[in-house]
Amino acid sequence: MTTFALLLITGLGLGALYFLIAAGLSLIWGLMRVLNFAHGAFFTVAAYAGWWASGLASGAPPGVQWLVAVVVAIVVGGLFATLTEVVLVRPLYARHVGQVLVTVGLALATISLVQGGFGSDPKTLQLPGWMTSTTTIVGANIPNTRLLVIVIAALVFGLLLFFLRRTRFGLIVRAGVENRAMVQALGIDVQRAFTLVFAIGGMAAGLAGMLAGTYYGTIDPGRGTSMLIFAFIVVIIGGLGSVTGSALAAVVVGVMQQFLNFYGAAGVGDFSVVLLLAVVLLVRPGGFSGASG
Amino acid sequence: MTPRVRIALAVTLVVLVALPAIGIALPGVFEGALNAPGTLNLLGLCFVFGALALTYDLVFGYVGLLSFGHALYFATGVYVTAIALMRWHWSLPAALALTAVVSLVLPLILGAVCLRMRDIPFAMVTLAFAQAGSILVMQNPFGLTGGEEGLALGGGAIPASLIGVANTRNLYWIALVLLLVVYAIAWLAVNSPAGRVWQAIRENERRVSVLGLNPYLYKLGAFVLSAFLASATGVVYLLLQGGANPQVTTADFTLALLVMVVLGGVGTLWGAVLGGVVYEYLDFRLVSLANTSTVQSLPGVLRVPLSEPLFLLGVLFIVLVLFVPGGLGGLLRRRTAS
Repeated sequence: MTTFALLLITGLGLGALYFLIAAGLSLIWGLMRVLNFAHGAFFTVAAYAGWWASGLASGAPPGVQWLVAVVVAIVVGGLFATLTEVVLVRPLYARHVGQVLVTVGLALATISLVQGGFGSDPKTLQLPGWMTSTTTIVGANIPNTRLLVIVIAALVFGLLLFFLRRTRFGLIVRAGVENRAMVQALGIDVQRAFTLVFAIGGMAAGLAGMLAGTYYGTIDPGRGTSMLIFAFIVVIIGGLGSVTGSALAAVVVGVMQQFLNFYGAAGVGDFSVVLLLAVVLLVRPGGFSGASG
Repeated sequence: MTPRVRIALAVTLVVLVALPAIGIALPGVFEGALNAPGTLNLLGLCFVFGALALTYDLVFGYVGLLSFGHALYFATGVYVTAIALMRWHWSLPAALALTAVVSLVLPLILGAVCLRMRDIPFAMVTLAFAQAGSILVMQNPFGLTGGEEGLALGGGAIPASLIGVANTRNLYWIALVLLLVVYAIAWLAVNSPAGRVWQAIRENERRVSVLGLNPYLYKLGAFVLSAFLASATGVVYLLLQGGANPQVTTADFTLALLVMVVLGGVGTLWGAVLGGVVYEYLDFRLVSLANTSTVQSLPGVLRVPLSEPLFLLGVLFIVLVLFVPGGLGGLLRRRTAS
C-alpha cells in the first residue's frame, strides 16, 4: 500500500510536469499548426535563468531564493517564447514545415549553447528545508516536492481553463482552434492570439523547467529534450488542441511510467508509454478528446 | 544535364576513386594528406552521411512525409549487424542477411501504424517510436547493445581486409560504392511511375486518391524503401567506425539528418547528398576550429558559441530556412541559371 501510494503520487508529479509542457504545445499546435520543438529550449533556458537568479539572491532565505528562481523562470520562458514567435515563426506563416524546421534549429542551437556555457554536469538547486523533507500519507513518506509540483500544476490547469472559457482572448483561442479561417473572416486579429498562445506556452514551459529542477533537485541541459518527447506523446494521446485532454493524458502517462518502471525492468515504463501511443492511435486516431485526426 | 556538367562529374568520380593513391596535402581543408587514413575515414563518413541524407530526402523531399524517426532505421543497420557479429558470433554474410530482413520488416510494421496519421501528428508518432528504440538500446537488454558504451567490432568478427588503419582505403571505397548505389536506386525510384505518384502525393494527396490510387500504399512503399536503404548505410557506418555507439539512435541524430537535407536542398537528390557531405565535414572541422589558439584566446562571449559545432550549425540552419528555402543546392542552381 505504501509503495502504491508513493508510486502513485510520484507518477502524478511527473504527469504534472508533462502537463505543463504539453498544455502549451497542444494550444500552439491547435491554433497555429506549429509543432514547437523549441519548447524544450524554453524549458531549459528558463531553468538555467532561474538557477542563475537564485544564485544572485544567495543572501536571502532559501524560500525567497526559490520563489525568485520560479518567477524569473516564468518571465524568461514567456519572453523567450514571445521573441521566438515574433522573430522566427511569424515570417514563415504560410510554411508549416518551415516553422517546424526553424524551431528545430533554435532548439539545437540553444541547447548546445547552454551546454557550452554552463557545462553538461547537473547544477544543484538551493531548496528551502520543508521541500527536502517528506509528508506521511497512508504510511508512505512522500517527498514534499512531489506534492508541490502537483498542486502548482493543478492551479495552472485551473487558470488555463478560466482563461479559455471566461475571457475574450480565450474565446478567440478556442474559436481559432476550431476554425481559424472563420475567425479571421470575422475580422478578428488572430495574429495577436498566436503571440499570446506562444507567450503562455513559454511561461508554462519555464515554470515546468524550474519545477522539474525542484522535483529532481538538479537541472541539466539534456532534460528539456527528453521531457519534450514524452510531452509530444501526451499531446497526441490527449488529442491535439485540447488542454483537458492533455491533463488527462499527462496523468495516465506519468502514473503508468512510474508503476511499470518500478514493477517491470528499468525502461519498461518509458517503452510501454510508446506502445500506449500506438494502441491509442490504432483505436482512436484523434486521441482521448477526439478533437482532430 | 549539359555536357560540361557531365564531364565535370566524370572527372570528380575518377578523382574520388583514385584518391587513396593521391598523396597531395591540402592544408586548411584536411589535416593530413589526401590519402592519409584520417582523411579517408572522414571522407568515407561524408559519403555515408550523403547517402543517409539521400534516403531521408526520399520520404521528406519526394513524398512530403516529415519523419522524425529516421535515426531508428539507420540504427537498425548499425545495431542488428553489430549484435549478430559480436554477441551471436555469426559470419558477416549471415549477419547481413538478418539485418536485411529486420530492415524490411521493422519499417513495414511501424510505417503501417505511423502512416495512419498525417503531417505533424505523423512526425510526432515517428519521433515517439524512434525514442522507444533509443531507450531500448540505452537499457542494454540481455547485455546485447552495450548500453551507453556501445558495442565495438573486433576479435575476427569481420574480414581482416576491413580492419586496421592501413585498410582504411578499402572502407573508403565501400562507402563510395554505397553512395553511388543508393544514389542509383533513389534515382530509379523517383523516376519510376511510383516515384511520380510520390511527388503527386507531396503536392496534393487528396487529388491522388480522387484519381483512384491509394496514397497509403505508395507512402508505405516509399517509407520502407527509404528505411531499408538507411539501414544499409548504417552497416557501412558500423564498419567505418569500427563499432556501434548509441548516439545514432537519438532524436538529435534525426534532427541532424533534417538539417543535412534542408542544408543541401529539399527534393533534389544531389542536393541532399551535398547537404550530408557538407554537414559531416563541417561538424568534424568545426571541432578542430574550436581548438585553434585563435578561438581559444577569444573572450568567453565569443569563445563559447564558436566552440559548439551544433550551435553554429543550428544558426546556419535557421538562416537557411528563413532566407534560402532552396538550401545550398538552390543557391548553386540559381547561380548556374543566371
